[in-house]
Amino acid sequence: MDVIYVDNNATTRVAPEVIEEMLPYFGDLYGNPSSMHTFGGTVGRKVREAREKVAHLIGALPEEIVFTGCGTESDNTAINAAIESNPGKKHIVATRVEHPAVKNLFEHLSKKGYRTTFIPVDHQGRLDIDALEKSLTDDTAIVSIMWANNETGVMFPIEEITQRVRERGIVFHTDAVQTVGKIPVDVKKAGVDMLSLSGHKIHAPKGIAALYVRKGVKFTPFLIGGHQERGRRGGTENVSSIIGMGKACELAVDHLKEQAGRVKTLRDRLESGLLKGTPKALINGDREHRLPNTTSISFEYVEGESILLMMDRLGICASSGSACTSGSLEPSHVLRAMGVPFTAAHGSIRFSLSVYNTEKEIDFIIKELPPIIAKLREISPFWKPEIPS
Amino acid sequence: MWEYTDKVKDHFVNPRNVGVLTDADGIGEVGSLACGDALKLTFKLDENERIREAKFQTFGCASAIASSSALTEIIKGLTLEEAAKITNEDIARYLGGLPKEKMHCSVMGRDALEKAIAHYRGEAEKKKEGHVVCECFGVTDLEIERAVRENHLHTIEDVTDYVKAGGGCGNCHDSIQEIIDAVWKKGHIQKEFPLRKLTNIQKIKLIEETLEREIKPALKKDGGDIELVDVDGDRVFVKLRGTCATCAASQVTLKGYVETKLQELVLPQLVVEEVQ
Repeated sequence: MDVIYVDNNATTRVAPEVIEEMLPYFGDLYGNPSSMHTFGGTVGRKVREAREKVAHLIGALPEEIVFTGCGTESDNTAINAAIESNPGKKHIVATRVEHPAVKNLFEHLSKKGYRTTFIPVDHQGRLDIDALEKSLTDDTAIVSIMWANNETGVMFPIEEITQRVRERGIVFHTDAVQTVGKIPVDVKKAGVDMLSLSGHKIHAPKGIAALYVRKGVKFTPFLIGGHQERGRRGGTENVSSIIGMGKACELAVDHLKEQAGRVKTLRDRLESGLLKGTPKALINGDREHRLPNTTSISFEYVEGESILLMMDRLGICASSGSACTSGSLEPSHVLRAMGVPFTAAHGSIRFSLSVYNTEKEIDFIIKELPPIIAKLREISPFWKPEIPS
Repeated sequence: MWEYTDKVKDHFVNPRNVGVLTDADGIGEVGSLACGDALKLTFKLDENERIREAKFQTFGCASAIASSSALTEIIKGLTLEEAAKITNEDIARYLGGLPKEKMHCSVMGRDALEKAIAHYRGEAEKKKEGHVVCECFGVTDLEIERAVRENHLHTIEDVTDYVKAGGGCGNCHDSIQEIIDAVWKKGHIQKEFPLRKLTNIQKIKLIEETLEREIKPALKKDGGDIELVDVDGDRVFVKLRGTCATCAASQVTLKGYVETKLQELVLPQLVVEEVQ
C-alpha cells in the first residue's frame, strides 16, 4: 500500500538531496569543526556554509543564527534568555493558541512567580491585537507569539504586532517553526528580535533546529559549555544535521514559489473537494491569512480518531485535534480557544501538504474520505441526515 | 498511535448490530458530544425475557465503537439478570483487552447497559447521586468510588483512564486521591495483601476454596457452618448455619472473621452479606 503523507506540519520527508549532502559527515569526514587541523577545519567550513544558507532563507546574518536541537529548545532558549536578561521584569505575554513548547513553558514560569497573559483569538483564529497592546506594561519581559498556527495554519500579522511591541522596548520572539519554508520570511522586515525554526519541518532530519537572535538583543545561553555557537549554545555541533539543515534551507528558497503556487492549489483542491463531497463539514480558521499547505476541516458528529484510523487503512496519514488523539481527554486547545463547538472540534482533521504531494494523491483522498465520514455518521447517535447545513 | 488488538480493529471496521431498534424494550443513552463519546443502546426481549436483539449507535473513537459493538454481541441471548452482571472488564476481555487510557470506553458500554435494563424495568432513571467531583466531565464521587473498587484502581491516572474524572483542568485531583485513599483505607490493604486481578470464575472458585479450607473448619469448632449462596461483583452472599445461625455474635463472626479472611485471601474489596 502506498503511503499518502499529508501530515507535513507534524514532520516531513528528508529530501534525498539533504541525505546525500549529509552522508559523508557520518563517514570519512568526522572531524570536529572546532579543531585546529585541516581535517576538522574542512568540516568547520561546511558548517559555516550551512549557517549562511539558513541565514539566507530568513534574511538574517550568519552570526545571528544559533543551532539548537529542536524547535522546543529554540523556543525555550529565546524565552529564558529574555527573562534572564531582564531580571527585574516579571510579566510575560503569549497567545492562547501557542504550541506546547511555549504554552507549557509559560505555565511552568507562572508557577515560578511570573505573571502570564495569554492573548485570545476570535472564531477565525485571528489575534486580538488591541488586547495584546493593552496587556503590555513596563514590567513585560517578553512577548512570544507564533507566526503561523500548526493546527489551523492561520498566520498572525507579525509585522503589525512587532511594531506595537517594539515601540515599548519589549523583546519579541516568534515561533516560526511552521512558517519558515512555506512563505517568504524576512526577519528584518518582520522586525522580530528572536525567531525559532526547525529542520524536520522543512525536509531536514529531526534533531536539528535554529534560533535567530537579532544582533544587539541581550542574550543569556540556555546550555552553558564550550565556545560553540559563539558561546550561545555550548556542546559539540550536530555537524551532519547542521549540514542537512543548510541544504534543506537552500532547497526551501527554491520551493517557496511552488508552495505559493502548486501546493496551495492542491490544498484548495482538497478542501473544496471534501466540502463538496461531505455535508456538514467546515474549515477551521481564517481562510485568507493561512499557510498555503494547511487545512483544518471539521466533520461534524463524528470523532477524529475514528476518521484517522479509517484513513490509515488506506495509507492516508493526517492528524486530528480530537480529544482521543491529543493524548488528553479534551480536544485541541487551539480549537477551543477559537470557540469551535464540540460538535466540530472532536471531528477535526488537519491535512498539511508538502511539495512532494501530487494531484493523484489529493484526488484519492477526495474520493475515499467522504464514504468514511458517511459510514461513521451512520454509527453516530447524533447524526440526522436532515440536519440543515 | 494506539495499540489496538485485532479484535478491536475488527469490531471498529466491521461493527456488529449498528442502529436503533424501533419498539425497543430497553433504551440506554450515555455520554455526550461535549465529552467526546456517547452511546445509545437498544434491546428487545423474547418471550422468555432473554435479549433477542441489541443495537447500538456510538459517537467516539475506535475503541468506543468496538466496545459498543462487543457489548451488543455479548448480551445477545442473555437473561436480564445475566446481562446485569456484565462488567466493563467483560467487555474489555471480549476484545482481547483495551489500551489502559481507553478503558473508559468499556465503562461507557456497561453504563449504557445498566441504563437500558433500568429503563425496561421501569426503574426511575438513576439520578446522579453523590456530588460532582470532576466538573469538566461531570463525574460524581460515587462513580469514582465504584470504578476504584470494581477495577482495583490505585492512582488518579487510573481513575482518569476509566471514568475520565481528572482528565480536564486537574482541579479535582486532590479529591480523587481522597476517594482512592478512603476505598483502600489509605493503602493498608494493598500493602498487606498483594493485588490480584481475577476473572469472575477465578474469583468464585477462590472464594469457595477459602470457605472450605479456612473458614468452615474454624466455624465448625464452635458448632457452626457457612454456605455460599451467590457472588455478585464484589458482594459475597452467605448463609450461616448451625450454632452460627442463632448466635447473637454472628454479625461479628461474619464481618470480623469471614469478611476479613476473604479480603485477605481473595480480594481486598469483597463485602460479605448474610441472606436469611
